[in-house]
Amino acid sequence: MLTSFSSSDIAASIAKSPTVDQIGILERVARIQTRSFKGASKIQGLKMALSMIDLTTLEGKDTPSKVRQLCYKAQHLHDQAPGLPMVAAVCVYPTMVKEAKKALGNSGIKVASVSTAFPSGQAPFEVKKIDTLYALENGADEIDMVISRGRFLAGDYQFIYDEIAAIKELCTSARLKVIFETGELDSLDQVRKISDLAIVAGADFIKTSTGKIQPAATFPVVLTMLGSIKDHFDRTGQMIGMKPAGGISSSKLALQHLLLVKEVLGEAWLTNEWYRFGASSLANDLLMQYQKQLTGKYQSAAYFSID
Amino acid sequence: MEILKTYKLYIGGQFPRTESGRSYAVKSVNGEHIANVCLSSKKDVRNAVQAARKAQLAWAGKSAFNRSQIVYRIAEMLEARKAQFIEELQALGQSKKSAESEVSMSIDRCVYYAGWADKYQSIIGSVNPVASAHFNFSVPEPTGVVGIVACQETALLGLISQLLPVIIGANTAVVLANATKPTCAISFAEVLATADVPGGVVNILTGQPAELLPTLSAHMDVNALSIAPIESKLQKEAQAEAIDNLKRVHIFVEPLYVKKAQGLPYIADFQEIKTTWHPIEQIAGGAGGY
Repeated sequence: MLTSFSSSDIAASIAKSPTVDQIGILERVARIQTRSFKGASKIQGLKMALSMIDLTTLEGKDTPSKVRQLCYKAQHLHDQAPGLPMVAAVCVYPTMVKEAKKALGNSGIKVASVSTAFPSGQAPFEVKKIDTLYALENGADEIDMVISRGRFLAGDYQFIYDEIAAIKELCTSARLKVIFETGELDSLDQVRKISDLAIVAGADFIKTSTGKIQPAATFPVVLTMLGSIKDHFDRTGQMIGMKPAGGISSSKLALQHLLLVKEVLGEAWLTNEWYRFGASSLANDLLMQYQKQLTGKYQSAAYFSID
Repeated sequence: MEILKTYKLYIGGQFPRTESGRSYAVKSVNGEHIANVCLSSKKDVRNAVQAARKAQLAWAGKSAFNRSQIVYRIAEMLEARKAQFIEELQALGQSKKSAESEVSMSIDRCVYYAGWADKYQSIIGSVNPVASAHFNFSVPEPTGVVGIVACQETALLGLISQLLPVIIGANTAVVLANATKPTCAISFAEVLATADVPGGVVNILTGQPAELLPTLSAHMDVNALSIAPIESKLQKEAQAEAIDNLKRVHIFVEPLYVKKAQGLPYIADFQEIKTTWHPIEQIAGGAGGY
């Protein structure tokens, strides 16, 4: 099924990754950040952003009951006001997939599981496979894998390719998101390289960060990744999804991200099939802004659920 | 060359311009153009409330004694800039004598409220007799974020008289300055910034109360309003808008710039009473309760 690449093919493919015009990226981002949404388009954007959220809990202290609570929240966020969409998915550790699956039932909300020794990725390859299989056997609809950043920075692209391709092979029906942890990759050129590599290796989605490292989903990084998706689409006609994660906690940022993806990739990506936000506190802010749009009154976090 | 000061806003410990980019002219009583100040917008109110909310927990978390020291420090900084304030008040049309007395009273008021910081709790609070084996006590806690419409007659003393009891009681504040005499309020912000008052504890906006007060009083994250004597239509509107989150609204009828307008009740206005029931053993064969 998968196109298999030899070592030299990978090296050649990565060598073809264009260098990133950092100044150009920064200037474009600066322009995006001056834009704001008003009225009807703001309401539409807030709803859209809510429908794209992967509601996330990824903490060492997570328990089945915390996950049940998150799943409850995921199913009832949109009760707040009529006409609100559901969130796209909940994102949990592999050990919590079963609980989340059970709690979400046939609500239509997907269960995404992080995998491959999230967040560091520092585990033997076999362990990463077992980790992934465990999540899949428990019913995960989506797998969020991390790459081995150390090996990538050392230039071992073949290793990264094999790693992604092997996990992709396990995900027969599940969609695969590949997390780069761009906060550890140092330059936009590296971000571009890993984006191109992950897409070739079979990623359905590329995702910026684990949320454990700062900086996370910054605009320059996201724009660079969108560039890679666009070039791939122009070349092959195949769509790849995008998931910025980490640090997007306000509606304003989320709306600007939507604007960016619309301008770079087009409207086809403006659905939760191709675009996701990995966030835990964004949902509440979206609801607060939505209420503000409805009532004209600025809201207080005191009236919105914590978990 | 004379360098004229740009009067800006005070939000979260910073001095930003209004996000709206608007300004208006401040004139002295004889119509002389003194300065241009920011004409704040709804969004500035929002930003100020956000800053006040962010600062509130940490401010309330400081020890009462530390809050006292900080407010005392405001007095020290005011003292050092006495001449500047007297000049500013005179520019607005006050006589030298009245300006001097207003600044002196302002400094006195800082020292006065600094003294209250660690004392009002034990006077407002109480140990209550109850009919069971419980130690029952009530303590005051800050209301939270307080919106202040400052005195529209005086430029400095009214503002200070309203603000100090609010912050000494561990609340944070968003102040709408005197609309026609806003220059002193912004200079006072410079005093606050150099007096170790943490950023966000006091936020000061200049502009029209008629434009800003509805937003402030409807804001769900503002817990109380302190309104100096202003147009009664505006007061009524504010009371109506405050209903949604049951804001505590305190409208002053008496002027705040007089000597007697200080004291414990001004602090108590912005405190909530929390009562705790703590189970105890029967003591020394006596009946339960204290």
